[in-house]
Amino acid sequence: MNLENIYTKINEAFNKKNVSRRSALDGVAKLGFGALTAAIPLAIASNLTGKAFAKGTGLGNTSSATIIEILNFALTLEYLESKFYQQGLLAAGLIPGGDRTVFNQISLHESAHVIGLIGAVQALGGTPVAQPTFDFTANGAFLDVFTNYNTFLTLSQAFEDTGVRAYKGQAGGLISNDAILTVALQIHSVEARHACEVRRIRGEKGWISGTNSGGAPASIYVREDNYIQGGVDVRTITTVGATPITEAFDETLTMAEVNAIADPFIV
Amino acid sequence: MNPIAGSVDVGSGDIGVLNYAYALEQLEAAFYIKVASAFYGGATAAEISILTDIRDHEVTHRDFFKAAIGTAAIPSLEVNFSSIDFTNRASVLNTAKAFEDLGVSAYNGAGYLLQSATYLELAGKIVSVEARHAAAIRDLLNPRSADFAGNDVVNAAGLDVQRLPSAVLAIAKTYLTTTVTANSLP
Repeated sequence: MNLENIYTKINEAFNKKNVSRRSALDGVAKLGFGALTAAIPLAIASNLTGKAFAKGTGLGNTSSATIIEILNFALTLEYLESKFYQQGLLAAGLIPGGDRTVFNQISLHESAHVIGLIGAVQALGGTPVAQPTFDFTANGAFLDVFTNYNTFLTLSQAFEDTGVRAYKGQAGGLISNDAILTVALQIHSVEARHACEVRRIRGEKGWISGTNSGGAPASIYVREDNYIQGGVDVRTITTVGATPITEAFDETLTMAEVNAIADPFIV
Repeated sequence: MNPIAGSVDVGSGDIGVLNYAYALEQLEAAFYIKVASAFYGGATAAEISILTDIRDHEVTHRDFFKAAIGTAAIPSLEVNFSSIDFTNRASVLNTAKAFEDLGVSAYNGAGYLLQSATYLELAGKIVSVEARHAAAIRDLLNPRSADFAGNDVVNAAGLDVQRLPSAVLAIAKTYLTTTVTANSLP
């Protein structure tokens, strides 16, 4: 099985599909990968009531999210990150010249993830959630997010580490679809690369030590001091110390926990 | 446990995938243990800290898999690092980069083979750490460039590398005296 071909097919289906549901999504759908730039017009007016996270697909989900719901959950996070980095890169004087290459690369990836996830949802016959309206100040909690580079960096780390844990938490729900699961894993590890780089720019380690938040919201780092893996107390089966043991495994976050982290940034 | 020469097959099913991961973690652990036993000349404090941490993480992964897989675990593998100059920063860091990217691609490419959601979650918890390693090493090699998530590993769709077990083992065999096969895996 060539998984790259399967993902290509999903994207071919996406590019061919007649997107008529929302005019702005129409524009996005026709772009394809070749046209990705930091200036992708993602100002999509949502005609959904309530917040994007609370909106399900009405597919009768009971105990666990369906694949489409998981993809839309991921899509909302990618919209958040994509918009955050677009705004950051446009904010005059915010990102120092020497760091722009890093954030251009991150931004490129997040935009590609948005496009890809929209395509994946449509390929499965679902409706992609519209882009929410974001307030990256979180109603005033981070007033200087786009004027103070340290604040921007802190939120960048927060979003990337959250993204890693969000995808990780949903992988099990994708187990019935090999191609989608593989794509999710391939996005998940990219977010981890992002997280590491941003953390290092902030002077933090690239990996998470215990519940140390490095100044980002603490809710993002709950359970990162865990040392029980697969029922094994890892401290008892290795001579490695407790702190690096916690660094060696990234933990999951539930959908509810991720929603709680992201909701303050969604209008 | 004494490493053995000869040939080892990782087995089939979820245990096969876990043994395959264990094999790669053994390789990485052995590499970083050697790196940290005598750092290359000119290693900065930051580099020593990073490489020591990575060693600890890979040893943790190795020891975890051995414990978790139990009696079905493959034995200790004999490694072959004759192509690496451990006194040379570029040789060490470029090998580290290769191992980390290989590990990321291995976990990404084998995840779909796991039947158990529990094992999938465990693999997921490890692969993101390998990706952090990869990004950190790449940043040491070319600071503040796009290389941490470069176009050589992340494609136009924003997707990281993924490889099937056969492709990974074909690359890994350069660094293994023991032949490791995955005849029941793709």
